[in-house]
Amino acid sequence: MTNHLIKGARPYGGEPADILVTDGRIAAIGDSLSATGAEVVDAAGLIALPGLVDLHTHLREPGREDAETVETGSRAAALGGFTAVHAMANTDPVADTAGVVEQVWRLGEQAGLVDVVPVGAVTVGLKGERLAELGAMADSAARVRVFSDDGHCVSDPALMRRALEYVKAFDGVVAQHAEEPRLTAGAQMHEGDRSARLGLTGWPAAAEEAIIARDVLLAGHVGARLHVCHVSTAGSVELLRWAKSRGVQVTAEVTPHHLLLTDACAEGYDPVFKVNPPLRTDEDVQALRAGLADGTIDAVATDHAPHAVEDKESEWAQARPGMLGLEQALSVVVETMVETGLLDWAGVADRMSVRPAAIGRLSGLGDRSHGRPLAPGEPANLLLLDPTTRVTVDPASLASRSRNSPYAGRELPGRVVHTFLRGVPTVLDGKATR
Amino acid sequence: MKRHLLEAADLDRGDATLVLDTAAQIDQALAGREVKKLPTLRGRTVVNLFYEDSTRTRISFELAAKRLSADVINFSAKGSSVSKGESLKDTALTLEAMGSDAIVVRHSASGAPHRLANWVRGSVVNAGDGTHEHPTQALLDAYTIRQRLGRLEGVRVAIVGDVLHSRVARSNVRLLHTLGAEVTVVAPPTLLPVGIGTWPVEVSYDLDAVLPKADVVMMLRVQAERMNASFFPSAREYSRRYGLDARRMGALGDDAIVMHPGPMNRGMEIAAEVADSVRSTIVEQVGNGVSVRMAVLYLLLGGNEPA
Repeated sequence: MTNHLIKGARPYGGEPADILVTDGRIAAIGDSLSATGAEVVDAAGLIALPGLVDLHTHLREPGREDAETVETGSRAAALGGFTAVHAMANTDPVADTAGVVEQVWRLGEQAGLVDVVPVGAVTVGLKGERLAELGAMADSAARVRVFSDDGHCVSDPALMRRALEYVKAFDGVVAQHAEEPRLTAGAQMHEGDRSARLGLTGWPAAAEEAIIARDVLLAGHVGARLHVCHVSTAGSVELLRWAKSRGVQVTAEVTPHHLLLTDACAEGYDPVFKVNPPLRTDEDVQALRAGLADGTIDAVATDHAPHAVEDKESEWAQARPGMLGLEQALSVVVETMVETGLLDWAGVADRMSVRPAAIGRLSGLGDRSHGRPLAPGEPANLLLLDPTTRVTVDPASLASRSRNSPYAGRELPGRVVHTFLRGVPTVLDGKATR
Repeated sequence: MKRHLLEAADLDRGDATLVLDTAAQIDQALAGREVKKLPTLRGRTVVNLFYEDSTRTRISFELAAKRLSADVINFSAKGSSVSKGESLKDTALTLEAMGSDAIVVRHSASGAPHRLANWVRGSVVNAGDGTHEHPTQALLDAYTIRQRLGRLEGVRVAIVGDVLHSRVARSNVRLLHTLGAEVTVVAPPTLLPVGIGTWPVEVSYDLDAVLPKADVVMMLRVQAERMNASFFPSAREYSRRYGLDARRMGALGDDAIVMHPGPMNRGMEIAAEVADSVRSTIVEQVGNGVSVRMAVLYLLLGGNEPA
């Protein structure tokens, strides 16, 4: 294994230091380190952060390999500075058995660009009727700890309660897609002034908030862990703040697009901006940023959702919801949270690496841990970011197999220059190594 | 005028007035003529691309284009390549390749004409998209009001019924506001969109309170399927609270008119004796639709000077 000496990087944006990586671990961090035989990586001016962990990625394999594969999605993730991603269960077939989650996990190992951590479905076929074999998935080689019917809400309250209770046996967590389906039939965008004018069926904020309110009460009642996917409204942030103040074991994530974009994007009916939950108002965006800054929202998660061209080049109502996120996630966080002064670099590391890894129970896996600090002895999962460069997003140049980036043509700050997974460079000079 | 007519907001007051004036000139030019045809759009091709069944709007556009001597192609989604799974974009590019100068589109998806406008070089005219807009309906309604009342500025218009799902209401609210009319929407709260507070209208839940002050009452069609979705308890209750019957018509001022975009549910939102009364403009609206659509096609394809 080649050792690396990373020269002049600024860990967490602090003073420049050299980082020596040997045998997959951080051997030393200090001034003017030297090491014979180590490959030198010039990182002058670059910010070093622990490798990012995504709690919410759609890799589309098996089933929609025309939109994304585990390999292409892994490459997009590495280029975005990620070293681990949670692969959502809404594949075809659904990841609701040990067989499917092991297949996804194995494909991730073969790609070797990030650790692909499968998410298991809560219910068989995502149908919301009966529990999938959660224990079998937990005990499989894929070691599933996060369970989600994402794309669908576990809307039956009794079933949700049982799921929350059941996964306690293996320290699992249910990641809820909070959407009361009876309130969102046919919904196309955020319900408000714009939906009224555009004639698109509204997706009310209350449909998300009602489920979050119910689920934090259930989680508190049974003493289980709950994770809320892609929180999108100011009201949801308030509910989470209340639940946390009451000691409920609830965590939550926000997507980069909900931190940056609003329902104004729906003007013009370009379905690249159609996503579930929908883009909300500026007031919601500000509340989400504040919630992420004060820790009410624990993590940024991409909800990277690749779609084939024909699934987006259509009428708004016919298009599939979802947008790419892995390659621009960190840049969006820099723009919305760092440049606004809401988070420092340690805060970014906390919300994009430490806490998501803790939620997914990836922090205590020895050599295969994620979300660990940049410190001697820790696995060498890290990224180096050039914070000064601004990049105009060109969907055609993305590593994802799909092109549905909502940031097309938008200039965003920051560029991931290098990424290391257990000491092995997965990205060097902005290019994937494999 | 813009290149497309996608929504009423595409027309400023000058544009909208130009359309109405042009329609009036066309009416005059054709009045009393045996051959109701103008040579203006000879050699131009207008495609009627209809993804939804609509007898009246399609025939109206077809007649408008033919009276301007354009070549007209009717393309309905049923029994066409669309039913074989062709996408809107591919259909648009196909029509473009065949040399269409204007596409008149009716579609069940809000915003479909906007998408189409991105993919073709010719003009796109929205003939009704989902629950969004139906701008030529608003133009023919404005034309009808002006014809009957002699003005639009300051005219008090009550739009009554399923505003939530109505493209006619959306286009009329916008266009009537542009033209200086004062609009009140009247409906049960379930049939008004969240966010209506930002529209340039008054909102009322009480039809009886609004009628004495209205110069124009525009009744909207209420779809039977709304009943099953609990928008209101029953057709009878809806009719009792929001239907325009002879008794309510009696509360209207002497010159007030009653409009309906059709097709009507007689006995539901409008009583037969109201629909057939002298106040009713329903048949005129249909006739005016052809003139207004001729004006729109002429102005988009022929030029910007009055005919």
